[in-house]
Amino acid sequence: MGKRVLLIEDEPNIIEAIRFILSRDGWTVETHADGATAVEAVGRKRPDVVILDVMLPNKSGFDILRDLRADADHAARPILMLTARGQKKDRDMAEAAGVSYFMTKPFSNSEMLETVRRLAGTSDEASGEGHG
Amino acid sequence: MLRFNILVLACLSYATLLFVVAFWAEKRAEAGRLGWLRSPMIYTLSLSIYCTAWTFYGAVGYAVRSGLEFVTIYLGPSLMMIGWWWILRKLVRIGRVQRITSVADLISSRYGKSTTLGVLVTLLAVIGTTPYIALQLQSVALSFAVFGVNDPSGAVLPDLDKTALWVAVGLAVFTALFGTRNLDANERHHGVVTAIALEAVVKFFALVAVGVFVVWGLGDGIGDLMAKIDASPVAQHPIQGTRWIALTMLSAAALLTLPRMFQVLVVENSDESHLFTAGWAFPLYLFGMSLFVIPIAVVGLEVLPAGSNPDMFVLTLPLHADHRLLATLSFLGGFSSATSMVIVAAIALSTMVSNHIVMPIWLSAQGKGGATVSGDVRRVVLYARRLSIFGVLVLGYLYFHFSGGSEALASIGMISFTGVAQVLPAMLGGIFWRGATRLGAILGVVTGFVVWAYTMFLPSFGAAAGFTPELLEHGPLGLTLLRPQALFGVTGVDPVVHAVSWSLALNTLLFLLGSLFSFPRPVERLQGAQFVNVFEHSGSTRSWSHGFAEAEDLLVMAQRILGPSEAQALFQSEALAQGKEGYLPDTTPEFIERLERELAGSVGAATAHAMLGQIAGGVVVSVEDLMAVADETAQMMEYSSQLELKSEELSRTARKLREANEKLTALSIQKDAFLSQISHELRTPMTSVRAFSEILRDGGAAGDLDAASLERFSTIIHDEAQRLTRLLDDLLDLSVLENGQVSLNWARDNLHDVISKAVNASAEGRTMAIRRNEIAEHIAIETDPDRLAQVFINLIANARKYCDAPTPELRIETRRLGRDRLEIDFIDNGSGIPKDKQAVIFEKFSRLTDHAKAGGAGLGLAICREIVANLGGTIAYLPGQGGAAFRITLPRVRARG
Repeated sequence: MGKRVLLIEDEPNIIEAIRFILSRDGWTVETHADGATAVEAVGRKRPDVVILDVMLPNKSGFDILRDLRADADHAARPILMLTARGQKKDRDMAEAAGVSYFMTKPFSNSEMLETVRRLAGTSDEASGEGHG
Repeated sequence: MLRFNILVLACLSYATLLFVVAFWAEKRAEAGRLGWLRSPMIYTLSLSIYCTAWTFYGAVGYAVRSGLEFVTIYLGPSLMMIGWWWILRKLVRIGRVQRITSVADLISSRYGKSTTLGVLVTLLAVIGTTPYIALQLQSVALSFAVFGVNDPSGAVLPDLDKTALWVAVGLAVFTALFGTRNLDANERHHGVVTAIALEAVVKFFALVAVGVFVVWGLGDGIGDLMAKIDASPVAQHPIQGTRWIALTMLSAAALLTLPRMFQVLVVENSDESHLFTAGWAFPLYLFGMSLFVIPIAVVGLEVLPAGSNPDMFVLTLPLHADHRLLATLSFLGGFSSATSMVIVAAIALSTMVSNHIVMPIWLSAQGKGGATVSGDVRRVVLYARRLSIFGVLVLGYLYFHFSGGSEALASIGMISFTGVAQVLPAMLGGIFWRGATRLGAILGVVTGFVVWAYTMFLPSFGAAAGFTPELLEHGPLGLTLLRPQALFGVTGVDPVVHAVSWSLALNTLLFLLGSLFSFPRPVERLQGAQFVNVFEHSGSTRSWSHGFAEAEDLLVMAQRILGPSEAQALFQSEALAQGKEGYLPDTTPEFIERLERELAGSVGAATAHAMLGQIAGGVVVSVEDLMAVADETAQMMEYSSQLELKSEELSRTARKLREANEKLTALSIQKDAFLSQISHELRTPMTSVRAFSEILRDGGAAGDLDAASLERFSTIIHDEAQRLTRLLDDLLDLSVLENGQVSLNWARDNLHDVISKAVNASAEGRTMAIRRNEIAEHIAIETDPDRLAQVFINLIANARKYCDAPTPELRIETRRLGRDRLEIDFIDNGSGIPKDKQAVIFEKFSRLTDHAKAGGAGLGLAICREIVANLGGTIAYLPGQGGAAFRITLPRVRARG
């Protein structure tokens, strides 16, 4: 079974685009659209990489990130944050909260793929070798 | 025989001399070189205005009619000067300390600056003095006439009336010139006083010369004279005790209460010590004036033809003996007596009239703030004075003109004395009894005035004033108790004694009763204490000019007010100017004046004067000073409260600025949030567009995309591009609406048509039933139909998008509100908007549901709200309708203006 990505995002078209890009590369892409239950979803699915949108219904991406990092189980889990609000203070806030990588929408498909691969590799030796 | 023309010439020359002397003295005073002009002798001589034409001519007539009784007129003031000089001293001290300008001012000040009393005393003085002035005019006119009769040519037979008029005019001019030259706060007139002193010398020598001529020229010396006196009818008059006592008292009182005497005695006094000289010199002067009265009377009766007017003996004796020079001197003596009295009386009365009658009226006519320009007031005071002087003389002339010239000069003098003596109880009570009150003074003066007028003044007019012999005999309306000359049944008393005792007794009684039964106001009490205890409050005669101020004390005080560095700089510069080193200059008057000016700049003039007075001058701080200090303090307090207001205003402004800043910050935060929102709303569709276009590009190259995917992805790209366009359109629209730059196309339309258009335009999307009452919709409305339709479309589209009922349904209900407004409700059958969100749905980007369904950026309702507002209406969420409900209220006619 390949590596798993949990995509937490509420824009259907963007979900479809990312799913297409990653699954073509052999990733299993699971999705979650609601901010309120996102942390719980991560705990349940334990993905290799989390792709987290900032603007989510009911709970902000930053809050989800902070909650995940506060949990020992997810302290080291690779989290790629996506935002459409391209301000510097958003990036700063994300980094302060312990984000693994911060990416601004619109993104380049290849950059997205590279980043997910890299994040999965650094966090998982076996997989990292596989993509190395 | 003396030619009349020569007399007129002498008279004019003498008048010119008086002008020159007065002018010269005034110049010296202005230059500050008073020298002997301030000597006690000048003061004493100025007191001689007591001796008017009445004493110069009239005393002889008096002696012929009543023997030695005329002596009482000289006895009263002499006793006063010798025995009761301490009363005078107190008056003089009070006058100086309180800066008293007249009898009226004294009484009014003492009784708490009472305007009523000021007016009363002024009226009393004017009424009491007018006959006296008339008397002087008459005696001058008579003396001219005597010469005229004796003129050998007979060419000029002067008209008494015309003469009196010219004399009055001349005196008015002189008095106006020298009496109002400057407005000295102390009301001192050096020119006038000097001229009067000269006149005093002239009349003294004239009378003595006539006397010497009579005794040694016409007679054979003293022995011969004594024999003649013994044989003369003049010696036959018995001495009436009561009359003597009454007349002596009356003339003593006159020294204090006659306006002209008060003027020279108190107001013109420049040094208290002059009183000591006057204490012996003035009685001596009076003695000299009275010495030859009896001889002249006796010889006149003997020498002159029977029926000659004894009031003119002083003049007719030299004329009869054909002694031209002596006759001229005698005439000038009489002229001097008359003019000096009139001049000073006119000054004194005009001061009273202008200060107590004209000025108060002018000030109240000006209303508040009229007296702010001091130059203005000064000019008005001067004009008031001059006008009053002319007024007083006109009154005197009119009295003379209409009374027809009474023969007996003495009786007019008595009436006048008794009238002004009515001030005496209030005056003496005021300066010796702290319990004296305003009410007492008013009652006393009014009563005395009325009794005097009834028993003495009015009867002197005889039948002309209604005082017929019948009335005198039987009383008014037969009330014998009220007979003017036998009041309350007291008969057999000499009319003068009767009037004097009744008026003064009732006056004093009511003064005492009024004072005992009324309570003084604070100002009265303060003034009372100041007057009664004047010697405790005021030092000797210390003043700026020879003060004992220690420069150090002054420096300490100045530092407190000006601040240490400024005060020291001031003192140092003054010391340097005086050629001294250090900070302590000599306390010269100039320096103290300079210091007062400097201090006045900081604390106000009155306060500065009072403070310096305490340290430097030994000058008493009067109630007026205290009032002025209080005024200044009040002004400063007002100023500081203004400052307080200012600082309050400043802090208010600061608070407003802070609020504005907070608002701006809030706005800035909102702006950031808005930009952030826009960024998000734009980037989201762009993300999809970019991602799928890259997929297409790469996929197209790799050829691994099926046709279905290709079509699907291109559709997404197309939809997202459209979403972007719509978003930009909405944003532009909203921005225009919010800025009020939108141009509306107002037109008359039917609401039904607008709704139909909107329903048709928003038919795409899910199926939804729309229920309307089309009949009710037929309402004419003036609006922008396209914009209104845009609102309706938005609401219908929202319902179509968000209504979560299985069979969506939208009701559109329309109704009129009165004549001018209408209401349209859009109510769907979904679950509605949660309560906590209802407040924000009209805000920008307040999209509630997820993006998928929305397809908009959450600007729709914000745009609706702006459009409705621009159309003059409101839009609100209507809670409690089951589904989502919106109510639009609109005016039926465009609001103009």
